Amino acid sequence: MEHNVILKMRGISKTFPGVRALQNVDFTLRSGEIHALMGENGAGKSTLIKVLTGVHELSAGTVEMDGKKIVNHSPQDAQNNGISTVYQEVNLCPNLTVAENLFIGREPRKMGLIDWRTMNKKSAELLKSLDIAVPPTQMLEDCSIAIQQMIAIARAVDMECKVLILDEPTSSLDDDEVEKLFVLMRRLREKGVGIIFVTHFLEQVYAVCDRITVLRNGELVGEYETKDLPRVMLVAKMMGKDFDDLADIKSGHLEKKFEGAPVIEAEGLGHKGTIRPFNIAINKGEVIGLTGLLGSGRSELVRAIYGADKADSGKLKVNGKEVKINKPLDAMKLGMAYLPEDRKRDGIIADLSVRENIIIALQAKRGMFKLMSRKEMEEAADKYIKMLQIKTASRETPIKSLSGGNQQKVILGRWLLTEPEYLILDEPTRGIDIGTKTEIQKLVLDLADQGMAVTFISSEVEEMLRTCSRMAVLRDGKKVGELSGDELNQNTIMKTIAGGEENNE
Amino acid sequence: MKASNEKAVAANPMAKKKLTGTGFLLIVTIALFFVMYIAGMIVFADKGFANAQMFLNLFVSNAGLIVIACGLTIVMITGGIDISVGSVVALVCMTVADLMENKGANAYVALLMALVIGLLFGVVQGFLVSYLEIQPFIVTLAGMFFGRGMTAIVSTDMIAITNETFMKWAKFKINMPFGTVNRRGDFIAAYIYPTVVIAIIVLIIIAVLLKYSKFGRKLYAIGGNQQSAMMMGLNVKRTKFQAYILDGFLAGLGGFLFCLNSCAGFVEQAKGFEMDAISASVIGGTLLSGGVGTPIGTLFGVLIKGTITSLITTQGTLSSWWVRITLSALLCFFIVLQSVIGTLKKKK
Amino acid sequence: MSKTSEKDTSFIKKLTGNRLFLPIVCLVVVLLINLIKTPTFFAISINNGVLYGYIIDVINRASELVILAVGMTLVTAASGGQDISVGAVMAVAGAVCCQILSGGEVSVNEFANPLVLAIVVALIVAGICGAFNGLLVSYFNIQPMVATLILYTAGRGIAQLVTGGQITYVRVGTYQAIGGYIGGSPVSTPIFLAIITVVVVYLVLKHTALGLYIECVGINGSASRLVGLNSKMIKFLTYVICGVLAGIAGIAASGRIYSADANNIGLNLEMDAILAVALGGNALGGGKFSLMGSVIGAYTIQALTTTLYAMNVSADQLPVYKAIVVIVIVVLQSPVFQKFLAERKAKKAVAVEGGQK
Repeated sequence: MEHNVILKMRGISKTFPGVRALQNVDFTLRSGEIHALMGENGAGKSTLIKVLTGVHELSAGTVEMDGKKIVNHSPQDAQNNGISTVYQEVNLCPNLTVAENLFIGREPRKMGLIDWRTMNKKSAELLKSLDIAVPPTQMLEDCSIAIQQMIAIARAVDMECKVLILDEPTSSLDDDEVEKLFVLMRRLREKGVGIIFVTHFLEQVYAVCDRITVLRNGELVGEYETKDLPRVMLVAKMMGKDFDDLADIKSGHLEKKFEGAPVIEAEGLGHKGTIRPFNIAINKGEVIGLTGLLGSGRSELVRAIYGADKADSGKLKVNGKEVKINKPLDAMKLGMAYLPEDRKRDGIIADLSVRENIIIALQAKRGMFKLMSRKEMEEAADKYIKMLQIKTASRETPIKSLSGGNQQKVILGRWLLTEPEYLILDEPTRGIDIGTKTEIQKLVLDLADQGMAVTFISSEVEEMLRTCSRMAVLRDGKKVGELSGDELNQNTIMKTIAGGEENNE
Repeated sequence: MKASNEKAVAANPMAKKKLTGTGFLLIVTIALFFVMYIAGMIVFADKGFANAQMFLNLFVSNAGLIVIACGLTIVMITGGIDISVGSVVALVCMTVADLMENKGANAYVALLMALVIGLLFGVVQGFLVSYLEIQPFIVTLAGMFFGRGMTAIVSTDMIAITNETFMKWAKFKINMPFGTVNRRGDFIAAYIYPTVVIAIIVLIIIAVLLKYSKFGRKLYAIGGNQQSAMMMGLNVKRTKFQAYILDGFLAGLGGFLFCLNSCAGFVEQAKGFEMDAISASVIGGTLLSGGVGTPIGTLFGVLIKGTITSLITTQGTLSSWWVRITLSALLCFFIVLQSVIGTLKKKK
Repeated sequence: MSKTSEKDTSFIKKLTGNRLFLPIVCLVVVLLINLIKTPTFFAISINNGVLYGYIIDVINRASELVILAVGMTLVTAASGGQDISVGAVMAVAGAVCCQILSGGEVSVNEFANPLVLAIVVALIVAGICGAFNGLLVSYFNIQPMVATLILYTAGRGIAQLVTGGQITYVRVGTYQAIGGYIGGSPVSTPIFLAIITVVVVYLVLKHTALGLYIECVGINGSASRLVGLNSKMIKFLTYVICGVLAGIAGIAASGRIYSADANNIGLNLEMDAILAVALGGNALGGGKFSLMGSVIGAYTIQALTTTLYAMNVSADQLPVYKAIVVIVIVVLQSPVFQKFLAERKAKKAVAVEGGQK
């Protein structure tokens, strides 16, 4: 049985300063199989991939290819060892032609010079053999993302990789394109390539994968044959049992009746290219969840409300009055607060202290000429460090030296300090330890009890079920439904997310 | 001049239709060159602007610039920049002049020295940029001041070159089969100097290198997306290093060609030359953000700079400062255009 | 024993960790070298009611540089790039000021227009130059150095055009006082201008949120926008401020020579200003900044310049040494180099540990 194992990873651990991303993880890949790597956000999938491809050095453990121990120090090493990766963000060069992207670094040459004609001819053959319909001389930037994705795969395949890693390649593809990709994947499987498939889409896993490895919180949950693992079980494995003690957080918080005009009311609000016009109403004291797969438009919806992407259609009413929001500051002045999805990129101001990070939003709201006094800043900082139990050496410590969870709390404190009427939390618990997750969830419910309107976005359905009284579902940049009351259960949500009939089990 | 500027603006609406083509900027440039030159031929017909020699002079007086702008195109394709080239030219000229006039070296040694200086600049700056990952601007800004200061250390006086071999190279006329007929009916052949031949050869070699060598394509890949280039297994650091070395070498060679034209070395020489080279490259369609650019485009950039100079000198009353101001304005126009096109593309 | 050494290292760490440590050490080193070479370096004498001495000379000559360094610090912090047009903008401001005062004549002995008008217009023009740079950098997203390269080359040409290609002389006592001495003051006017500039900018940073905003924008533009800051506007503003300050420096420099010399006013000062910022312990990649660091840096550079002059290095040759200093500083600052050092240190530590075992 084990004779066709091509990749064997044993006891893999990886620590980043302050974070243990992987702990003693095993992973086995056989030739001619499609192997799904599953786990929620922060489970360690991408770290495992990065360790395997040499982007990160591993802290402990061994990697064997075909029975030989290998160490990859760079993606190049990995490639030389027969491991190729295709990422969600296509790693090709937009300013080169399709053919060049396929052959760069190994161009066919004649008398020392690149033989463009042979290169184009070979590319055409390769593309044809994989059924990719694109002329080799086309500029890559003029190709659709799906085609770019396939070109990346074609490149990997032509370099005779034994292990092909597909890291969420389908996130930006439509159904037809996904189907084409699957055809390609199955063809490669027949050729004996071992494929590691990282995805969030359950259907896709059951459509093409032979085996599933599940990670949770940086640890291995187990390896299963797809046919032996029912969907519900997979979800359970991914979510884990750790949450049981939280299951009844919500019970203390009674159902509320909402009166008066909603805090936020959007009519036909939209932003070209990211979110199609939608209607939504959010009441005082309500936690409304936005769910949908990554890239479904759940972040884009709140960005349109907040003015992070200026809405280009529709109307927005705040407390019943129509308003125009051109930039985030306008939204802040109307009592909104937005905790962004990407903490590193959009949240923390890394080199500044915890104090400065906490007061910056309030300061911006007050304006440049009304500098808060040092005392006022310190009091505000201390208040939230205490209230949110932020673990920091002092309020003057740079935020970058805090752990992810504490950074997130600082950002949360930043927004609570502005005393918002409407709080948007986009993936506030991503990459955060369990304890902090619970704290944040409790806090959200408390805030709602105090009358704050909250929008909560998370990839973890369980978490949403615990905190939200109503949920809006998004798919393909469109709001497709709203669920409340009894409809708020895993099954209905999954069905609505997936849409159509394919989801009937 | 004004007319041509207006033409360029008038050509702008076309931009909306052809935005996707990366060659759009190049087309604007080539059109701009012909419009300017033809306008000059019409307006200054009486001052001999239409003569064949006038056209060849564009090459004669800019041979060094062609070579150096090619070097800049190479580093700019990788997304870098080099503003030290003007100082390198001054240092090369001064060293060459000093070696031959004061140290009794022959012209060949001087030539070798010029190339070595260029290479040294390339190696040091390239190392700092590619391996230590310091902003190319800061590195080459320091290089610019270093070069200018070194020139003054070699000599603060102007040195005129009298070396026989050198002057033979400099004044060797290559006659063309065409030319003009003077008032008495004698045929005067148009001519060029060897510098032009060398510049054209370099241009062709670089063009082939960029289009048909692995190294050349790697430069484009790095400029297109450095991260991707690394992920595709290209050695980004080494390639960048090589690009700066080549750029340095070309600066040295270009400096020598420049010297053959000026036949002197002095501290203030070639001041602002880096601007000419960058402008030529950018006007010729090289993107400041990297990934796009061709030596042929750069050639047209140089020709436009040459034409502006000719127009202003032929006109006679305008101060020579107008050359630099016009060129700066043109550079500004093109980088804003690039920025706008880039933004539109992203939105799409 | 280990405890005391621990304490010692922590004290040293605190000292060396201070942001002003590097700039002050540099200044002290340069001053010490001077003191050794010229024992009378710190001697100050009074001649005709005016202070004289090497040190006074350094402080006096550093004035323009200090003013430029302040602007450069803000630009660097907000945009992560430098404004290399400051020297040229100085020349433009000087030219405009002199031209208005002379009313178009090449040399005048009395003002053709009021001094205040000339200064205000010159500063406005300098501000416009800064605004032009700011526009390109913040609204067209052009790299700061490329954007400012345009004025760096065109600026002196524009100044030439303003003065009609001549050096305009304004031989009026009041104007000379800007570069010389006002009334019975024992120190020169540029020193006051520098001090006033630093104090004003310091007070503005202390009493408004501008400093915090600049740091935010420089560290993380995208996050700054989401907390309600207008990143583009703030970047733009720093360039305008930098332009105006270059204007002040330009007028001071022109006052010293009571003329507008388009080719020489502010020559090579952009490099000195960048050097002052780097020497002041500020990252050239933007973010947190220290105004005082840059000011100390500026005085250090001038002391260095004076030292080199004293060692018979000509003005033309100075840039060589400054270029080397810049490279040394940026190499020391570069993350790659620091990582390399850290790795070596770690290896050494491991070796020591191994040895002990």
